[in-house]
Amino acid sequence: MTASTASSPPVALHEPWEDLSRQRQAATMGMWIFLLSEMLLFGGLFAAYTVCRSLNPMGFRAGSHEADLVYGTINTVLLITSSLTMTLAVRAAPARLHKVALGFLAATVALGLAFLAVKGMEYHEDLTKSLFPGPGFKLPQQGAEQFFSFYWVMTGLHMLHMTAGVIAVSRLIVVGRRYPEWLETSPAVEATGLYWSLVDVIWMILYVLIYLPGRGG
Amino acid sequence: MSQAAAQAADGRPLTYLSNGFTLRSWLTSTDHKRIAILYAVSITAFFFLGGIAIGIVRLELVTPTQDLVSADTYNRLFTLHGIVMVWFFLVPSIPTTFGNFLLPMMIGAKDLAMPRLNLFSWYLYVAGGLFTVYALIAGGVDTGWTFYTPFSTMFSNSHVLAAAMGVFVVGFSSVATGINFIVTTHMMRTRGMTWMRLPLFVWAMYATSFVMVLATPVLSVALLLVMAERWLGVPIFNPTHGGDPLLFQHLFWFYSHPAVYIMILPAMGVVSEIFPCFARRRIFGYQFMVYAMVAIAVIGFFVWGHHMFVSGQSGYANLVFSFLSFVVAVPSAIKVFNWTATLYRGQITFEAPMFYAIGFVGLFTIGGLTGLFLATVPIDIQATDTYFVVAHFHYIMVGGSVSALFAAIHFWWPKMTGRMYPEIWARFAAILMFFGFNFTFFPQFIMGWMGMPRRYGSYPPEFQIYHVLSSAGALVLAAAYLLPLGYLTWAYFRAPRAPRNPWHATGLEWTTPSPPPPLNFDAPPVVNEGPYHYHPAEVGPEARPEGAEDEQRASSA
Ligand SMILES: [Cu+2]
Repeated sequence: MTASTASSPPVALHEPWEDLSRQRQAATMGMWIFLLSEMLLFGGLFAAYTVCRSLNPMGFRAGSHEADLVYGTINTVLLITSSLTMTLAVRAAPARLHKVALGFLAATVALGLAFLAVKGMEYHEDLTKSLFPGPGFKLPQQGAEQFFSFYWVMTGLHMLHMTAGVIAVSRLIVVGRRYPEWLETSPAVEATGLYWSLVDVIWMILYVLIYLPGRGG
Repeated sequence: MSQAAAQAADGRPLTYLSNGFTLRSWLTSTDHKRIAILYAVSITAFFFLGGIAIGIVRLELVTPTQDLVSADTYNRLFTLHGIVMVWFFLVPSIPTTFGNFLLPMMIGAKDLAMPRLNLFSWYLYVAGGLFTVYALIAGGVDTGWTFYTPFSTMFSNSHVLAAAMGVFVVGFSSVATGINFIVTTHMMRTRGMTWMRLPLFVWAMYATSFVMVLATPVLSVALLLVMAERWLGVPIFNPTHGGDPLLFQHLFWFYSHPAVYIMILPAMGVVSEIFPCFARRRIFGYQFMVYAMVAIAVIGFFVWGHHMFVSGQSGYANLVFSFLSFVVAVPSAIKVFNWTATLYRGQITFEAPMFYAIGFVGLFTIGGLTGLFLATVPIDIQATDTYFVVAHFHYIMVGGSVSALFAAIHFWWPKMTGRMYPEIWARFAAILMFFGFNFTFFPQFIMGWMGMPRRYGSYPPEFQIYHVLSSAGALVLAAAYLLPLGYLTWAYFRAPRAPRNPWHATGLEWTTPSPPPPLNFDAPPVVNEGPYHYHPAEVGPEARPEGAEDEQRASSA
């Protein structure tokens, strides 16, 4: 963004809009439709997972039992909390509470980074336990390897989304620190908030699909 | 370009074309009209790339033996043709060019709702295209455009990853365009432009956008899984690890059937603009045309299983998908009847766009009716993977979509370039294209019905006559595609200047100068009547006035 280096504050209003509130509505609507699209992206994955799980129920149970519930639960707590801080930031921004908004945005980034760090530790542990599909894979059951294929693809795709989210929120902080007024009006704040919530919601579903199947006793 | 520069120096009003002449001014422009031109140039390049590939295929098929290229090269050629034509030409063709150019103008807006996203979508398209071109240069792909597993994930020794990546990336370009169109249609309609006053082209773009936004991500995820399995070796579709290759087919066709409507709905929008104009008549059954398009977009999501009748899926699934495929034909038929009824008692003239549009209806109808053959399970089992299928979908995609694309090119050419085009040449090209098309593809219906399978470079000699006919037809078709490239290039520099509204058409895009200024309208237009008011209600249509449009009439429309 050139906004952070330019001497004049960034303008929130862009062509072809003449009215900032309508521009904001449009950005929000665009984000909602993008989220719809994202839901079908992950929806396709969840459908594929479901089909494969119904074909190999025992393998998926065995696989899920190996997934690390502790890391998964810690991450779930981190993400839910980050959604709270993000929402508070989105509400604080238009209320002219610049410091508060920036603080909550920073908390969101910190929680997001913590999530990524925990995920990294979990990945590391999975690799040392030979839970990446391929020769020497830990579990013998038919379908367990497939479970971990889905595990890596789904959590990997989610991690990419998280990373994009962290970058987007960081950008709000960088511009917002220089020009606090920009936070009040920019359509980017609410749009980023919506995106963050979706990434959070998708994690909730992933948590259920990955960590819980092998545990019901 | 230098011509246009001189005009600007002449004191001509600033247009989107004369608003900067450097390469940079084009590559960084967020003007929807300039982005439309960027897209037009890129899809034309891919159209000819895909065309060359199939040209070699048709040449190979002149003789029954595999003699021009090896069987492996043959596989790579038809795969290249399919991938390029579907994702880099047909899917983006009308939406990204005419949709981009016309949607804001038709609703009286200055630009799309998110101009920078629009430019970004073009860069995504180019990035996807580069992956595909890389796959081609590196040696090609041999899976067919459908990327069926487990061949694509476990056995193919070709550049599946790069090609799948190309399609994956270009998918996000579609999604970005779709989001932009939906938001624009909701948020940027000018005063008085109610939903039921929207031109049908806008409705077509709106319906298409929803299909793009909702279907494309499922293809993306299917390709993502293929890439993961091939690249990382994680078993997802691999049957020896409990995977199901049919799962891929379901995901793939969940996108790729609706993709047919991404290709055909815009075409329907185009001819719905052209018929009223050259018949001087209001569109017959406007509301039904709208509902039919929405119905096609919705029902189109629930018919994908008709591509899998012989795959071994459940017989009950076959029954349901067959039934739903018949259902989706109903709104298409409504549209054909309504176009026909629009012509009834019209004051019809036969300019080139009208020729192309009439060709569209004929070819689309043949394509649609043979689609019903294939939606019937017993007949499909007989005809699966034969040239009958190939002929059927080319009647829809080439006979339908491409005819409509050429109709649009000629209809809006004066608006986009500010120049007319040579009418005689254009009519000749339109007729040539219609003949060339039928010459190429009708023999394929016959040989397909007789049992000629698709995707083979060698075949029993009794099919040779049909293949020779088809290849000869392809030559005619190629001439019909090259011809407009020639005379339109000439027209861009030399043809007489176009008035605002050369066709005396209704629609806001005709009320601005040709070519339009950077922000389209001097002042936001106000709309106080429905579209296609070519004649007052209860009064018959009159012949189109001769000569150039007078400017007051245009500005008051
Ligand atoms: Cu289909």
